[in-house]
Amino acid sequence: MASGTLVIGESTEDGKLNPVVPELIGIGSRLGGPVTVALLGSGVEGVAQEAGAFGASKVFVIDDAILKDYQGDSYVPIAERIAKEVNPAVILMGQTMMGRDLAPRLAQRLGTAVAMDCVNFEMQGDKLIAERPCYGGSARARYTINGMPQIATVRAKAQEPAERDDSREAEVVKQPAGVGEGDVRTRIVERRKEKAEGVRLEDAKVVVSGGRGLGGPEGFKPLEEMADVLGGAVGASRAVCDLGWYPVANQVGLTGKVVTPDLYIAVGISGASQHMAGISSVKNIVAINKDPDASIFKSSRWAVVGDWKEIVSGFTEKVRQLKASG
Amino acid sequence: MKTAHSCCCRAAFDALRSGRNGVSSQDCGKISGCYTTARDETRAGGAGNGDLRDQPHRSSLLIVFPDQGDRSCSQFRVDEAAKKVLPAPGIQPVPSQFDTIGVEAALRIKDKQPDTVITVLSLGPDSFRDTIKHCLAMGADEGVHINDPAVNGADHWATAEVLAAAIKKLEPFDLIIAGRQAVDWDMGIVGSTIAEILGIPVVTIAKDIQHNDGRVTVERVLLDGFETVEAPTPAVVTVSNELGEPRYPQLRQIMMAAKKEVKPWTLGDIGISAPEKRITLEALFVPETKVETEFIEGDTPQEKGEKLATRLREAKLI
Repeated sequence: MASGTLVIGESTEDGKLNPVVPELIGIGSRLGGPVTVALLGSGVEGVAQEAGAFGASKVFVIDDAILKDYQGDSYVPIAERIAKEVNPAVILMGQTMMGRDLAPRLAQRLGTAVAMDCVNFEMQGDKLIAERPCYGGSARARYTINGMPQIATVRAKAQEPAERDDSREAEVVKQPAGVGEGDVRTRIVERRKEKAEGVRLEDAKVVVSGGRGLGGPEGFKPLEEMADVLGGAVGASRAVCDLGWYPVANQVGLTGKVVTPDLYIAVGISGASQHMAGISSVKNIVAINKDPDASIFKSSRWAVVGDWKEIVSGFTEKVRQLKASG
Repeated sequence: MKTAHSCCCRAAFDALRSGRNGVSSQDCGKISGCYTTARDETRAGGAGNGDLRDQPHRSSLLIVFPDQGDRSCSQFRVDEAAKKVLPAPGIQPVPSQFDTIGVEAALRIKDKQPDTVITVLSLGPDSFRDTIKHCLAMGADEGVHINDPAVNGADHWATAEVLAAAIKKLEPFDLIIAGRQAVDWDMGIVGSTIAEILGIPVVTIAKDIQHNDGRVTVERVLLDGFETVEAPTPAVVTVSNELGEPRYPQLRQIMMAAKKEVKPWTLGDIGISAPEKRITLEALFVPETKVETEFIEGDTPQEKGEKLATRLREAKLI
């Protein structure tokens, strides 16, 4: 009888537990039943007990150089093997680069389904109700999965992380990868980082984003200045990233990053659902737009209609004064 | 092949490898989906069926997802009882942008290798024929439209199973190019699932696809950069918007597309029955939003900006 939750965990590049993992463990704990974590990677053994401190009762560690970079062909069969051994009712992973690729493939191998990018969960008997935003967060859909296990990927920061308690200990089970070079049909030829400068978008308390309304790439200069004064980061809509006005690494939205700052200032962004999906958890949205009917105003706490250049100029100057006077 | 997890997948893979030509089937009736494929007519020796086995073929397969996106996404209403989203009056459904990006990706390969044949394959109701026609006007060569009431409202897995079965009929091919995500409903699942069913490699979220003799080189979009991945073909590649704007058909192309064939197929033509659904949509609703918008007023835009700063300071946000 399938029971409990299996979390497919992951580590960050610098070898820490990915912050989504405590969130996944938290969800699993609230759904009821034991939470098992599978950690796949290279050099991940060190964070196994950390998963235990967040409430996992058992942690599978598959630590192998072949797992250094995520590749579906190496990760999918291992996840499949552990899923069959654990026989959980629910499998959770983050809506990360790994989760996006791994979850659909794992679902097919296990003959079941996955609900992607979910933000809310509920258990009714042994049925998982998974809720995900659609239409850019304007609507919500609730799904149930007809078979077992029930797989879902979870949007980062949608749920509170589990509380850490270092007195808790998990049973750690080390397993060999069981996959070799010959099993991996894809080959990573090159990996390049597009480095975003300053505060990371995902960590920023204030995000200032620009859209097509800026009129050109030069429009980002005053926005960078504004973000600088606020100690925030600069984001961009998909439209302007597609146009090459601003690096893709700064894209906020369905196909970019999901951000959760305390304050989000959208300049020249109309509010396409694709963009709103990236800020659906933000409570304080300010929209600056020349179109009084821009749809983004509907989700905005504060709205300013008019020429963005002058508004931003007046705003940045005033913020400087306020900051100077404490 | 190595990771094929069932005999079925293995057989499918072998069939793909064998180079059997199933594209020219004359017995197509109606279709409930559509794909796009491209073949190298020159290399294939005038597309004679008998020559195909020994000739390298190039083909791209585009999957158009069974839900048409609505570009004016802000204008819709939700019918909670029917669990459907209704477009605002006057809004015509358009092809999902990610899927026309898939056609664009295939056309860029064809730009370099003009002997490539592009077939568009899609699954959906009658209106999807227009979507396929649009892809043909963009430059795809032929269309297959799987249109069968038995798969109306198919979920991602039923869709993937039907498309995978249709792909087997359309083989041989080198590449299946799938849109990464339909505007709203697709969860990025169909392309990967097809690859798993067929037992072939998949590379997701491509911004650039290069195809050379038995290998595909894909530039993938990561959250903080890019990575280049190689895979042997046949393979599935799902594309991302970073690939760039899809080309828009010229009038001449639209006229030419009128002559291109869209084969109508039913499940019977593919030889499968309707797959079971694996996921159930229990509810669709608009969450209550309690945002009260305050419009910042002022005599000049400059002054509005200053007032905004003051308001945000009062709210202790800056």
